[in-house]
Amino acid sequence: MTRIRHSVLWYDRFFRYVFVASAALVSLIILAVVFFVARQGFLTFTVVSPWEFLFTTNWNPPANYGAFTFIFGSFAVTVLAICFGGPLGLAGAIFLAKVAPEWVRESLRPATDLFVGIPSVVYGWIGLTVFVPFVREHVNGAGFGLLVAGIILGIMILPTVISVSEDSLRAVSPALEEASYGLGATRWQTLSRVVLPAAAPGLVTAVILGMARAIGEAMAVQMVIGNSPQFPRSLVTPTATLTSEIVLEMGNTPFGSTWNNALFFMAFTLLVLSLAMILVVRLVVRHRGATP
Amino acid sequence: MNKYLADRLATACFWAAAAVITGILLFFLTHIFWRGAPVLSLAFVLGTPREMTAGGGVGPQLFNTFYILVLSLLFSLPIGVGAGIYLAEYARPGPLTNLIRLSTECLASVPSIVLGLFGAVVFVWYLGLGFCILAGAAALALLNLPVLVRVTEEALRAIPVSYREASLALGATKWQTIRRVVLPSALLGMVTGVSLVAGRALGESAILIYTAGLSVSRYFPDFDPFVAGETLAVHLWYVNAQSLVPDATRIADGSAALLVLVVLVFNLCIGIPSRILQRRLLGGGGK
Amino acid sequence: MGRLVAERLTAAEEAIRIKMEVQGLSVHYGNTPALSNVNLAVKANHVTALIGPSGCGKTTFLRTLNRMNDLIEGVRVTGRVLLDGEDIYRPGTDVVALRKRVGMVFQRPNPFPMSIYDNVAFGPRIHGLRDRRRLNEIVEKALRDAALWDEVKDRLRSSALGLSGGQQQRLCIARLLAVEPEVVLMDEPTSALDPISMLKIEELIQDLKATYTIVIVTHNMQQAARVSDSTAFFLSGELVEYGPTDVIFTRPRDRRTEDYITGRFG
Repeated sequence: MTRIRHSVLWYDRFFRYVFVASAALVSLIILAVVFFVARQGFLTFTVVSPWEFLFTTNWNPPANYGAFTFIFGSFAVTVLAICFGGPLGLAGAIFLAKVAPEWVRESLRPATDLFVGIPSVVYGWIGLTVFVPFVREHVNGAGFGLLVAGIILGIMILPTVISVSEDSLRAVSPALEEASYGLGATRWQTLSRVVLPAAAPGLVTAVILGMARAIGEAMAVQMVIGNSPQFPRSLVTPTATLTSEIVLEMGNTPFGSTWNNALFFMAFTLLVLSLAMILVVRLVVRHRGATP
Repeated sequence: MNKYLADRLATACFWAAAAVITGILLFFLTHIFWRGAPVLSLAFVLGTPREMTAGGGVGPQLFNTFYILVLSLLFSLPIGVGAGIYLAEYARPGPLTNLIRLSTECLASVPSIVLGLFGAVVFVWYLGLGFCILAGAAALALLNLPVLVRVTEEALRAIPVSYREASLALGATKWQTIRRVVLPSALLGMVTGVSLVAGRALGESAILIYTAGLSVSRYFPDFDPFVAGETLAVHLWYVNAQSLVPDATRIADGSAALLVLVVLVFNLCIGIPSRILQRRLLGGGGK
Repeated sequence: MGRLVAERLTAAEEAIRIKMEVQGLSVHYGNTPALSNVNLAVKANHVTALIGPSGCGKTTFLRTLNRMNDLIEGVRVTGRVLLDGEDIYRPGTDVVALRKRVGMVFQRPNPFPMSIYDNVAFGPRIHGLRDRRRLNEIVEKALRDAALWDEVKDRLRSSALGLSGGQQQRLCIARLLAVEPEVVLMDEPTSALDPISMLKIEELIQDLKATYTIVIVTHNMQQAARVSDSTAFFLSGELVEYGPTDVIFTRPRDRRTEDYITGRFG
């Protein structure tokens, strides 16, 4: 019995360490990611000036490394994605959380799962086979460009926006709503004046997470952006983003070359932007915690 | 009576938004299968690809997709579940727990192309694996990891404290409690979570291009983890972007449909049985 | 002469019959005091009832007896709790072994989502018993002791969640008996049950007293009067009065006890 007892306690301690180690490993991995990508990326500046890289638009390696077009492109598609996907996603979330009858809600539930289930290359392929030809024929230009990329990304961020904001809408205390209804408010008045303000931090979080998803998306954007390193003169001229440029050129550049390092610095830029968004989300959520 | 008009208008807008979202989804699915269904033959699904001539299939890519998925889960499941268990069962509020939670969130937010580059640096170059299935699986594991941590933690937190108390009050150790009471009760939740992770991993491409590579082994099926292994999703991108085969469109159509089909079937295969099981478990219980 | 020695021995035995002794016990949740300076001796093979209004600290007290409070963040315990003369809060105490000796039945029945058999066999199994035949014996005996055997013997393999509330609670008691604890702590074990189930459990407590030392928290004054030998009355974290149950209920010394028992507050 004492030997069994002994081994039982040994296992207990052993697994505690296993779990602590697993958790520590997760922290270690993210640190390693930041370290390796940053180290490789900053090697760029042994040759290229940061000013040239960040603020000029002439991308012609190995002579010129002006990456501003890509940085602008990434921001532009993100903003467009939020313009298309944000309002639609929020309205969908409000519908699911507060408007839809039970049976509609239950039958729509798989829809968001399906949106998540479609891989990003398939979104890109749809953009390529549906939206690009459509824009080419009915708007103008080649079809490739910020507009189609923004639309595709707007659709891709829908599930993120919907699920996060639906959760925060549901978290609003029913007592608040009842108080409003009890004063004779209509549903829209209750929603717009009580529920939405109460859920605001969650809705902001949803939009930021949607942005993080959009700015980091590579494949779908690469397939519809046009991949031309020129500053876009309109929404329908081919251009490029940080992600699309990495996808396109990574394979053609030898590891360790300045060109390759420049791509790593683009990745580092993306990394910093994504991490910054997570920190913003944390601040927003903490703010909510401070004001009950 | 103005406020009633506004209310009705708003309601109409919400219904419209829902209709638009559903419409987009239905249109996408119809488009995918409308174009892809004619291509989906056994010869296409299991056939070998060709470089220059028409008529190739995607058999090896399909195989690699699942092979890389399984390997990546092999790497990420123990660590992800372990870290999830730590957060749900052991972690006490404090700087260490905060750090781990923050790390998980940060790792989850890293764009997959960036993780792909990280995998390329560490696995392909520093460890000298070259473009291969193992490197791809390792990189993909990094992508799975934070989600696994989260779904494990959530599944464990859904288990009532009373189960743990009952077990501890019988003199069970913490590990015995986790292993014999908490994990079995949380299994369904975890399986559902893992199926979500797997579904996402099946369709992932950005992280694999520069780790698992863009070519496939000449042999099929080839279990060697040290050869390059293009997956279905990567193939779909490759065919669109730079393939030389004359029937690229046909292959893209078929690959897109097959890819979505695989993800859906995979989720159904795991989702439906677990839902039935759950119902049976709950149904067996009185109030 | 010989007789005198024998008498002394019984007197000494009487002294050992104190199973658990609580000395100067105070408990704080963060900075909020939950119990202050409680002194109480639990007699072996006795049923000790803890009564008092909600929030008076009786459940907190119960949970200090097998260190279940350790699971809650920010709990601070001072004072001593002796089990057979040994302080269970002494650093280095094997808490897991302690809980095997001092088991607990909770307010709501909490069977595991497993079969009835596996629920009862859980304790013996985690303590290292593998032998099927022994397990079967233990499960049957525990279920018989918990007066549940006849009701479940034909469906030992079906889910415990299918039992009624009262049956579930008796199953939880059986599950506890299977690890052969010395002390059984019960936290309002009948508060979630119907009257008939309640009476069954009360009968059970009477039967169990021969083998176990029982401490029960109850809201129900009649229940305390029916099942217990000693009663402790708690109010706002203080032990107001402790003595034989009939004395507490008929001739309480403290005014507050009398008010509570006669229903003037609480």
